[in-house]
Amino acid sequence: MIAEAGHYALVLALGLALIQSTVPILGARLHDAALMNVARSTALAQLLFVGASFAALVTLHVISDFSVVNVFENSHSLKPMIYKITGVWGNHEGSMLLWVTILALFGGLVAAFGNNLPLSLRAHVLAVQAWIATAFYLFILLTSNPFLRIANPPIEGRDLNPVLQDIGLAVHPPMLYLGYVGFSISFSFAVAALLEGRIDAAWARWVRPWTLVAWIFLTLGIAMGSYWAYYELGWGGWWFWDPVENASLMPWLAGTALLHSAVVMEKRNALKVWTILLAILTFSLSLLGTFLVRSGVLTSVHAFATDPTRGVFILLILCIFIGGSLTLYIWRASALKQGGLFAPISREGALVLNNLFLTTACATVFVGTLYPLALEVLTGEKISVGAPFFNLTFAPLFVPLMIAVPFGPMLAWKRGDLLGASQRLVAAGIGALIAVAVLWAWTWGGSAFAPLAIGLAVFVILGALCDLAERISLFRAPLPVSFRRARGLPRASWGTVFAHAGIGVALIGIVCETTWNSEHIASMKPGDVAQVGGYSLTFDGTAQRQRSNFREQIARFTVRKDGQSIAVMTPSKRNFTTRGSSTTEAALLRRGVSQLYISLGDAKPDGTIAVRMYYKPMVLLIWFGPVLMAFGGMLSLSDRRLRVGAPKPAKAGRALQPAE
Amino acid sequence: MTLWFLFALMTAGAAFAVLWPLGRPAARLTGGSETVVYRDQLDEIEQDAKAGRIGEPEAAAARIEIGRRLLAAADAESTEPRSSHLGSHRAVAVIALAGIPLLALAVYLPLGSPQLPDFPFAARSRAPLGTQPLENLVARVESHLEKNPTDGRGWTVLAPVLARLGRFDDAARAYRNAITYSGETAERRADLGAAIAGAANGVVTDDAKKEFERAVALDSKEIKARYFLGVAAEQDGRGADAGKIWQEILADAPADAPWRGVVQEALARVNGSAPPLPKGAEATAGGMSEADRSTMIHGMVDRLAARLKQNGDDVEGWLRLVRAYTVLKEPEKSRAARDDARRALGQNEAGLRKLNEGLKALGIDG
Repeated sequence: MIAEAGHYALVLALGLALIQSTVPILGARLHDAALMNVARSTALAQLLFVGASFAALVTLHVISDFSVVNVFENSHSLKPMIYKITGVWGNHEGSMLLWVTILALFGGLVAAFGNNLPLSLRAHVLAVQAWIATAFYLFILLTSNPFLRIANPPIEGRDLNPVLQDIGLAVHPPMLYLGYVGFSISFSFAVAALLEGRIDAAWARWVRPWTLVAWIFLTLGIAMGSYWAYYELGWGGWWFWDPVENASLMPWLAGTALLHSAVVMEKRNALKVWTILLAILTFSLSLLGTFLVRSGVLTSVHAFATDPTRGVFILLILCIFIGGSLTLYIWRASALKQGGLFAPISREGALVLNNLFLTTACATVFVGTLYPLALEVLTGEKISVGAPFFNLTFAPLFVPLMIAVPFGPMLAWKRGDLLGASQRLVAAGIGALIAVAVLWAWTWGGSAFAPLAIGLAVFVILGALCDLAERISLFRAPLPVSFRRARGLPRASWGTVFAHAGIGVALIGIVCETTWNSEHIASMKPGDVAQVGGYSLTFDGTAQRQRSNFREQIARFTVRKDGQSIAVMTPSKRNFTTRGSSTTEAALLRRGVSQLYISLGDAKPDGTIAVRMYYKPMVLLIWFGPVLMAFGGMLSLSDRRLRVGAPKPAKAGRALQPAE
Repeated sequence: MTLWFLFALMTAGAAFAVLWPLGRPAARLTGGSETVVYRDQLDEIEQDAKAGRIGEPEAAAARIEIGRRLLAAADAESTEPRSSHLGSHRAVAVIALAGIPLLALAVYLPLGSPQLPDFPFAARSRAPLGTQPLENLVARVESHLEKNPTDGRGWTVLAPVLARLGRFDDAARAYRNAITYSGETAERRADLGAAIAGAANGVVTDDAKKEFERAVALDSKEIKARYFLGVAAEQDGRGADAGKIWQEILADAPADAPWRGVVQEALARVNGSAPPLPKGAEATAGGMSEADRSTMIHGMVDRLAARLKQNGDDVEGWLRLVRAYTVLKEPEKSRAARDDARRALGQNEAGLRKLNEGLKALGIDG
């Protein structure tokens, strides 16, 4: 009954989505408030039914009802409870159900908290949201139905892919989906604006929190995925330029650009047409990511499904939504009124520069990801575009962007003063030069590039702090005054500081890890000692242990520094009998923000075991940076004030900085 | 019946969600407005100017800009007509009341299985013992042992059942656990060896042989282990040794031992009165009809050939294959296998020498 009720709830959600996608538009055309309000109640009811459907699937997994194909194929009665739950979205059908649940959640949130939206805008937004939902409900019900049954259920399930039996699965996909799908709201707002043929600063104000929420979750989701790959796959790498990773990076780059251009639109009523385009592109890239991952075009740990009908179906959805929205854009964008003007050197100009670099970076990733696929489809030739391509194209785009980051917030709206901004950044520049000089002296003869890159990162961090000092008149006004100003400073300004500093922090981690990472691969017998990164690791031996649904071979290493024993590390290999496969569980030891990393290879009968050991300096900063960025985003989100960009009059002397 | 009642209730809920806004008085159906945003922005400017966060000239300029937007927005709103179309309300109500149930049933009925009840795992494994198939019982014992892996008696009970079900790998694991937790006996070692050999399709591998040797060391009278050591000798091409071992077993055996027949048959095979089976298929092929046995043997030989195609370093394997084809009276294949073996061994001189000696022993020219 649970399975069938969940199935029926999903069908009802489809029915409601169909009504939600048509009736409100009719209402908007007729200026009929009651019909427009149907959008709201149906969006909430849709959320209720999809939520019930998702809850039903979770329950089925929890009680191990193997009469449901999805549960049988991906669960096992002995699996620990947490993986029974996370296993719900550790497969194609379940993850698509989570996808639409989140889509309905965002629709429901707009319906519940969108009281400040004009009636017709809200009706249009929810209708567009329902179009997307309808397409995906049909996709799920017709090609990836999680509620299909087996009349004679087998007694035991096939278990979940062991690589996915990890706490990472509880966090990474939901976060990423909240990000991907969250951009659907920006998309719906953009299409709604095009349908209405009217757009202005208020639009940007309304869409901003939604974009911000999506961006925060996407940032955290990508960082989390990267950390998961780092400790679970056992290669010690944290970013592989894998097409699936790129698929999540592209919406992030476009979304970051959108976030910045929306600021311009909100404050200065400018860049309207461009912002709309970015909103469409960001969600289109999210859909593309879903297509790449779900169609079986790519084979990776993410590709649960390699079924051509699904691929064709998603491709169809992709063409309709991307093609349709872009056609609508071409048709209607010219009708939109242009907004405020600004000089090239101004806050707006800086944000345009930011957009330029981010979208170009996004385009290079796009080419690098899709070109090999297109080539394979057209000529059958297989080429691989790996890290070298991305390092060569991505880095040169990011260096000028990073240099420009501290200047942006220093410039005034409408007309900026580059010289003045540079003067205020002198402190940051000096700090960066000192960092470069010190690192150069310290690592004499080593990489010449690394100190420069770290100097750039220091410049970005100090630049963010300079911006803060400037806003609260630190050192210019008495300390109590500065303190008062700091408290009065809008949280969005604090958010900018944290987010910009976060990029610098992540860059330091990236450069340190790639430059000074030390690696040692050895075949070790019990009692052997290996040296890595100034630590000596003694292999004490291995032990076997039986856990609920796997057997584990645990190796024990004693870590010593200067003769002192400081910790014991226990990497392991797990054998999953049901799937007949095994996973490696790396052992991580945190030292400050650096890490020791041990991963096991194959064991030989004579007791020796292949061991990979790494010392990764500053590696944790790679993920701490994004967390800082997301924290900045949350601060900005919590800012209840509205933002106003006070334009700088033509003939005024040096005045105070306008508020954020 | 409850299910259909639930479906009806859910459908009614969905229809109600559509009807609800249509029935509410129009006056309460208002949305937000742009002017609110711009008024707030103006307030913001005042506060910023007062707190000294922006200068007076900027504040004035901003007020002008926002004022312009405010006027435009207010203009647009005042010209917006409001209306209520009863006809379209009725149409939507009909769609909700009739369309939703029809659509839901049209989509659900071909896809769903309303006749199937739930099968939660806990309820199924609580069903009375007599009514469950063997697999269920095994699964229950296994889940008990996964939680209490040190229960040696449990492993001892489970292992032969697994072996009978053909799950030789699991059986071998169970025997190993039984030995670990209940102590070592010759019988358990011999059973473990037989399970390992079973997992290797009847080939007495080195691992299996070690277990049999260990069993015989523990108890020199252990029949199963001695029998399989004979099989191992036969598979290594030492037919005479095998015959000797089996003859000893028969000499020791009581006249009414049930396994006498099997050993006698094996003995007859190495003595040349019956064709030897390749790869020790005796272990399993005992009770089969001639046709079944032939299919099984061919299957085993094909598997061996496929394995050697992937990994050609196994001299013993090549010899077994050549011998098998000879026994099966397929001289062309036998010769082809010999040539393949030479090619696969290629640079491996020691291997080639061993192969040639083996071929000579088999009576095939080297």
